[in-house]
Amino acid sequence: MQDRASFSRRNFIKAAAAAPALGLLPASVRDALAAGGITVGFIYVGARDDFGYNQAHAQAAAALKKLPGVKVIEEEKVPETVAVQKSMEAMIVQDKAAVVFATSFGYFDPHVLKVAQKYPNAHIAHCGGLWSEGKHPKNVASYFGYIDECEYLSGIVAGLTSKTGKFGFVAAKPIPQVLRNINAFTLGARSVNPNATTRVIFTGDWAMPVKEAEAANSLLDQGCDVLTCHVDGPKVVVETAERRGAFSCGYHASQAKLAPKGYLTGAEWDWVTPNTTFVKALQEGKPFPNFVRGGLKEGFVKMSPYGAVVSEKARKAADDVKAKMLKGEFVIFKGPLKDNTGKEVIPAGKSFAQQAIELEGMNYLVEGVIGSV
Amino acid sequence: MSAAPARPRPLIDALLPLAAIVIALMLFSLFVALEGQAPQEVLETIFAGAFGDAFGWQNTLLRAAPLILTGLAVALPARAGLVIIGGEGALAFGALGAAAAAVPLAGAPNLVLWLAMALSGMLAGGVLIGFSGALRQWRGVNETISSLLLSYIAVALMNHFVEGPLRDPASLNKPSTLPLAPEAMLGNLPGLDVHVGLAVGLVCAVLAWVFLRFTIWGFTVRVVGGNPRAAAMAGLAVTPWVIGLCAVGGAMAGLAGMLEVAAVHGSCNASLLVGYGHAGILIAFIARQNPLAVIPAAILIGGIGAAGSLLQRRLDMPDATVLVLQGILFVVLIAMETLRGRAWRIPQLSAPRLAKATPAPEEAA
Amino acid sequence: MTIDAITAVLLAMLGGAIRVSTPFLFVSLGETITEKAGRINLGLEGTLVMGAMSAYAASLYSGSPWLGVLAAACAGAVFGLLHGLLASLRRVNDIALGIALMLLGTGLAFYWGKAYIQPQAPTLRAFHLGAWSDSPALRSALDINPLFIAGLLLAFVLHWAFANTRVGLTLRLVGDSEAAARAAGAAVIPTRVAATVIGGALAGVGGAFLSLFYPGSWNEGLSNGQGIMAVALVIFARWQPRRCVLAALMFGAAGAIGPALQSVGISSGYYLFNAAPYALTLLLMALTCSRDTSLKGAPGELSLNR
Repeated sequence: MQDRASFSRRNFIKAAAAAPALGLLPASVRDALAAGGITVGFIYVGARDDFGYNQAHAQAAAALKKLPGVKVIEEEKVPETVAVQKSMEAMIVQDKAAVVFATSFGYFDPHVLKVAQKYPNAHIAHCGGLWSEGKHPKNVASYFGYIDECEYLSGIVAGLTSKTGKFGFVAAKPIPQVLRNINAFTLGARSVNPNATTRVIFTGDWAMPVKEAEAANSLLDQGCDVLTCHVDGPKVVVETAERRGAFSCGYHASQAKLAPKGYLTGAEWDWVTPNTTFVKALQEGKPFPNFVRGGLKEGFVKMSPYGAVVSEKARKAADDVKAKMLKGEFVIFKGPLKDNTGKEVIPAGKSFAQQAIELEGMNYLVEGVIGSV
Repeated sequence: MSAAPARPRPLIDALLPLAAIVIALMLFSLFVALEGQAPQEVLETIFAGAFGDAFGWQNTLLRAAPLILTGLAVALPARAGLVIIGGEGALAFGALGAAAAAVPLAGAPNLVLWLAMALSGMLAGGVLIGFSGALRQWRGVNETISSLLLSYIAVALMNHFVEGPLRDPASLNKPSTLPLAPEAMLGNLPGLDVHVGLAVGLVCAVLAWVFLRFTIWGFTVRVVGGNPRAAAMAGLAVTPWVIGLCAVGGAMAGLAGMLEVAAVHGSCNASLLVGYGHAGILIAFIARQNPLAVIPAAILIGGIGAAGSLLQRRLDMPDATVLVLQGILFVVLIAMETLRGRAWRIPQLSAPRLAKATPAPEEAA
Repeated sequence: MTIDAITAVLLAMLGGAIRVSTPFLFVSLGETITEKAGRINLGLEGTLVMGAMSAYAASLYSGSPWLGVLAAACAGAVFGLLHGLLASLRRVNDIALGIALMLLGTGLAFYWGKAYIQPQAPTLRAFHLGAWSDSPALRSALDINPLFIAGLLLAFVLHWAFANTRVGLTLRLVGDSEAAARAAGAAVIPTRVAATVIGGALAGVGGAFLSLFYPGSWNEGLSNGQGIMAVALVIFARWQPRRCVLAALMFGAAGAIGPALQSVGISSGYYLFNAAPYALTLLLMALTCSRDTSLKGAPGELSLNR
């Protein structure tokens, strides 16, 4: 067809109109194309309304639907194997999607890369991956948010609300993204309560409700009075905490309505920002951005509104740090920083801003975390 | 579809699955209509997604490829009278074994690498399910429960090794073993967008069928599976046969795991466990433990998977729609067995029992 | 490990045994009844999921979690009836049919359940039998749901009924020898269908426990194979209701080991700890079985028998 650089909206329509399969397109897509719009595909690894990871993405998809000239198609519960390759291909071939949002981390290598190479004129935006120049195809993008900023703020709120100074963290697997959240939460809590500790339980998988409930109960049994988590659906952890009269901090999306008494705040994604960036770029015929990242300041992540139990003092402490983050003046990971075995992981005087590549490979738990990787 | 030639009226029997599909589609249409969708549109979309064009067909076949092998993993031990439900674990073990074998062989000629991976994967899967057969023969542990337990243990071990000793340090957020070099990946079949795993599965299914149907060993298996006591009295070595068929079944699932590593993922990681092993149980029973019939059964499930994708995108129907379709379809398929060879069966020529593991209670009496 | 840590792990195992065991208990008791009559229903995983969804939906609409339990029992009974009737047809394989119904149950539950992932339904309450204690761990371990107690009672009632009631004897006769049952004038097919219906209803109640008590919400990942594991546990329990209780308690307790060890700071090898229930079950079976006793106590008509 045509090369990527000249891939403008007009060319796209021409190409699409030339495709013999156009007659097979559903009427809605045909209308969108005729109106000069574009089709956008979303692929989720789990159920769209899981109160967590997938819901956060689906909310952004719902927001995109409202943009003029944008038609959204979705597929949920697509496993990270040939199934997702075929779903991406089908969106590109059958639905003429201009961009496919592949929202699960496990989609990237090899699936997104393989399909992108096969369809150089299509675009795939992947959530979480590390696109790098020269190594990965130009029609692939990766986007992600620095949600550890929200975890740090949650840690502050938790640290100033907790009576025991013990926090529980239910996590799926000890991978860098998860460790970074655990560490940021703990650092936030210890910035206001130096004796605070976080106990971690890894469940081994992203969605295991019974195991998550067992983990939450074990943590509460150990005297933890604030629970948070990094699993796909935080519903079980938040509800368990609420039932046993403990506090909770949410993740991915807001779980506030699940725990009206104990929900303190939470770290939420706001994927509308990056998703709109990609769609606008394609609509306006601008170059496709390959590496899109941001934190609170850029509007990629946001905090759940504070719960009723959060004190004025805690709100203020968190808001102060948030204001610095919004100005880009706050660094979470800076030396001297020790891990929980006493080893220095960041020497004094050194600090890693959010973009630092060192943070992407985090393989330690900071001092104050009880557990090992 | 069914390939038991001893039947007097194979045509009618062969038509049964087709009739079942028609009835199931009617029931499914009713369900869809009750849910407020237009049945015709839904059925057309299903057909278009699975078999409507070249893309649909290849989508279907690609999904079917591992299912043929996991179906054989259940069907073969069943011929010796065992109900094995641990295919998922054997697949996990096979993938782990294959990935582990690839580590010291990085840079070796592709053929050597693939053979070593395949052997290692088959060995790993074979040992797991073979162990289940051995526990049954030597310790009297029921193989259905032991294979299920072993499956959970195998998956845990796979995860442990992938995130521990065998982890590629560069696999940050998706713990995996060391990846194969891109040129060491198994490619597609010529002219198709389907990897060679499909051909491997087809060859295995045909080989198993020929073995069971035309060799003296196949006859032995029938005797062992039909009546182990009589077989033992006739001087047949029942235990080696039982353990051997379990091991071969496990090896099939292990091979499926190896293919997932070498043709799809490039490494062993948790993403390759998506229930192919569980689907194999269903496939084997639909195929009535006949290795050849495993092929269309696997294609049917692959096709429904492909159709589910299009249903979600075109009609905004939930992913579970195809689960409902599968459920209805397989319930009808299995219930229709009651018509097989019924009125038109010549009594003296009763067909050999294919799956002695599973006679209806009335027949056992 | 310190004494405190050991105590914590043991308490967690106690709590786990009580909290996690109930679905296993109900499904395995239900399956015991079905298998005693000579049928295997491998589809109880699907029935469990369907029960969980129906219970949650009914509780949401009615405001009463106990109506939810009832709805789950009804949904389970419907699936049991389907299995019971279809498996009564000549040449229809009960194991294969069970697997197909597992798929259908899961599929329908997921399809209709989409609407109930988000809302919060009223859940079942627990008896706080540990209110006297200061230890939060003990207090939570002794938060006992009435369904757990009902399951325990049911096991003992079944044990008694199998041996001492006319219904129990008929059931066993039908399961052990169809010919003998017919000779004794027992209605073989109706007995089997009834046994499968009751088995399905109990599995549905097990599902209600999952969605209405522990973990206490409906979502599609709710059952990670608990139903099929419970069916397998019936063989482990050798078709004896009282041993089903032991098996379920053991399974629940072993499942709590992994999280509990991590909560006291031992987190390496967590996958292996998480596999403890399976390894333990297998080990016990390998130790206690022998070539001759493998299917001791198995109903004679069961298709696992050869």
